[in-house]
Amino acid sequence: MRFEKKDILDIESLEPWEISMILDTAQGMKEISERPVKKVPTLRGKTIVLFFQEPSTRTKLSFDAAAKRLSADTHSISAGTSSIVKGETLIDTAKNLEAMKPDVIVLRHPSSGAPHLIAKRVKASVINAGDGIHAHPSQALLDMMSVREKKGKIAGLKISIIGDISHSRVARSDITGFSKMGATVSICAPGTMIPKGIEKLGCTVSPNMEACIEGSDVVMMLRIQKERQGSILFPTEREYSTLFGLNRDRLKLAQKDVLVMHPGPMNRGVEISSDVADSDCSIILEQVTNGVALRMALFYLVAGGSRHVDSH
Amino acid sequence: MLIRIKGARIIDPPHMDAKKDIIIKDHLIHALVDPEYKDTEPDIQIIDAAGKILVPGLIDIHVHLREPGQEYKETIETGLAAAARGGFSAVCCMPNTNPVNDNSQVTQFIIQRGREVGLSRVYPVGAITQGLKGETLAEIHDMKQAGIVAVTDDGKPVENSNLMRRALEYCRGLNIPVFVHAEDTCLADGGSMNEGPSSTFWGIKGIPNAAESVMVVRDIALAELTDAPVHFCHISTRESIEAIRQAKKRGAKITCETAPHYFTLTDEDVKDYDTHFKMNPPLRSEDDRQAVIEGLCDGTIDLIASDHAPHSVVEKDVEFDRAAFGIVGLETSLSLSLKLVHDGNLTLAELIHKMAKQPANLLGIHNDIKEGNRADLTLIDPDHEYVIDPSAFASKSRNTPFAGMKVKGNAFLTMVGGKIVYQSDEQGLRG
Repeated sequence: MRFEKKDILDIESLEPWEISMILDTAQGMKEISERPVKKVPTLRGKTIVLFFQEPSTRTKLSFDAAAKRLSADTHSISAGTSSIVKGETLIDTAKNLEAMKPDVIVLRHPSSGAPHLIAKRVKASVINAGDGIHAHPSQALLDMMSVREKKGKIAGLKISIIGDISHSRVARSDITGFSKMGATVSICAPGTMIPKGIEKLGCTVSPNMEACIEGSDVVMMLRIQKERQGSILFPTEREYSTLFGLNRDRLKLAQKDVLVMHPGPMNRGVEISSDVADSDCSIILEQVTNGVALRMALFYLVAGGSRHVDSH
Repeated sequence: MLIRIKGARIIDPPHMDAKKDIIIKDHLIHALVDPEYKDTEPDIQIIDAAGKILVPGLIDIHVHLREPGQEYKETIETGLAAAARGGFSAVCCMPNTNPVNDNSQVTQFIIQRGREVGLSRVYPVGAITQGLKGETLAEIHDMKQAGIVAVTDDGKPVENSNLMRRALEYCRGLNIPVFVHAEDTCLADGGSMNEGPSSTFWGIKGIPNAAESVMVVRDIALAELTDAPVHFCHISTRESIEAIRQAKKRGAKITCETAPHYFTLTDEDVKDYDTHFKMNPPLRSEDDRQAVIEGLCDGTIDLIASDHAPHSVVEKDVEFDRAAFGIVGLETSLSLSLKLVHDGNLTLAELIHKMAKQPANLLGIHNDIKEGNRADLTLIDPDHEYVIDPSAFASKSRNTPFAGMKVKGNAFLTMVGGKIVYQSDEQGLRG
């Protein structure tokens, strides 16, 4: 089957076979980053705009590296340098970018749905690099890639996700993605961080961290996002860590060959103890490595692969 | 000049439902006559209204006309044209203009412009507090002298409970109704849609039902404390309706309205970040929608008002969480409300009661169909099926979630003081 999607906006809009195709493609891309000359000409002459309206280090660098390894030209715009600060609307900014004929626009934006808004207005492919508290599809896909690489499968695994589910686009995309691919997902968080009706995305809510982790094949910890919340969601980091921090003792409840994941950046000593973060079961840095390959696959599939130029 | 409306069924709740012709002379209802009555005047204008329903002029008590200050969204002229087209012979306009209608000069300006426009009537509603800031009372008596019919800080609540108490006491003395925008803004917490599975799915910050009902319960308590009447605007949740139902049983002087979107749509209809589905209060759950219909049926909800809130593309063609709250409603309200009749929830007389008589009762206006009263009348075509087309709106704004919806029944003719301010072309009526 051919990959026909113009945009990568969220996991919800991807079929399981499309997810598999993305993961397979990414697996093939991984080797390029191991070469002495980390570059192939696949997307030579293609233009990719990295349009980041929110601070980001690793995601932006990862998309940038992915584009460059495929020989695409990249241009970077951030909140401070765009005309948005001059009062231009998102749609006008996007139309102006479009007028310069980019092939792909990678958008990170603090408003949920912002990539969906511009995807309807531009011919370029739009890849969502994180929108508000809605979705972060490339992160969920690289998480699925990392799990599949280690476990050989996703279906049938038990995945635990612990942390601020309410404000996490990573959590929403991971819950949707892993459950779509046949895994069982359970989540755990303080009551203040579990949004209404989250079960409908395909997960169960555990009453406490021990119950959540027990028998898990994968434990994914989410960062406590200090910049997103005031003090009314939890009293102190100390108390949060006591109830929801991942440490050696709690990890013993999981399967022997459990994988520990974290989308980064970590708060060591808060949601995850240093010894667990640095242990053999942690694949946190491999997630970062796979992120580049996964984003190469997304660029290839929307801008250079089977979807091809005839749709433009 | 005489006008005879011929062949209509006249419904004027609660008592009149009759086949009569009506003769209008010099702005007034001159006579109600039997259909067989022979005209003696030579130059009488005949309006053929066979198959139509003639009712007292509909009144929409919750409308934002945007003038002065935001004329790019709506003007008094375009807003009143939209009212006429929607079948409303009168509207109440909210005070959140720029400048705010918190003083008699602004009130006079609105009334003056309304007269110049000469379409539907406009009854201004003044602010409770100066600048809608929730700090000090506005000069309500002075505005009343200038012509306001009620006060509200609509768009936001009066957060200070003590100030709200004093406002109710003050207005009770002036005999002027207080319209309440019930919202606990701390609980709403910057949300953009109803809190529930849909808001979780779309990653949009939610507004819980309690953000409304907490304030409804507070203001019922204040109404009972002060023995003053309170009218709740745009009620949307089961909890609010239940609280109002109980308060009414206790004898509290409570009335309330809902808007057509709350009994037509739910938060499941909010899709693909379409900001035309964003309003405050937000579209609620199916259970709440059912509760609104139940409240309309058992009389807990006294009346229907559209909360007509025009916005331009500048406010709407943006990210969902940054978009303005509100939708236009004047030109869809009657058609959407008639569905309650077609579905068997309300009788036609009950609906007219909620769209013409109850609003008049609240404002102290007399719009009964009887000889000597002003000829403010609406003719309804109950069977006309059509598809809602925002490009045909008389309003300046197009922000409606109902584009493309098939509906049945609408206004056929609107008359204000004996003058026809709207008549349908597409239905072939020629006066």
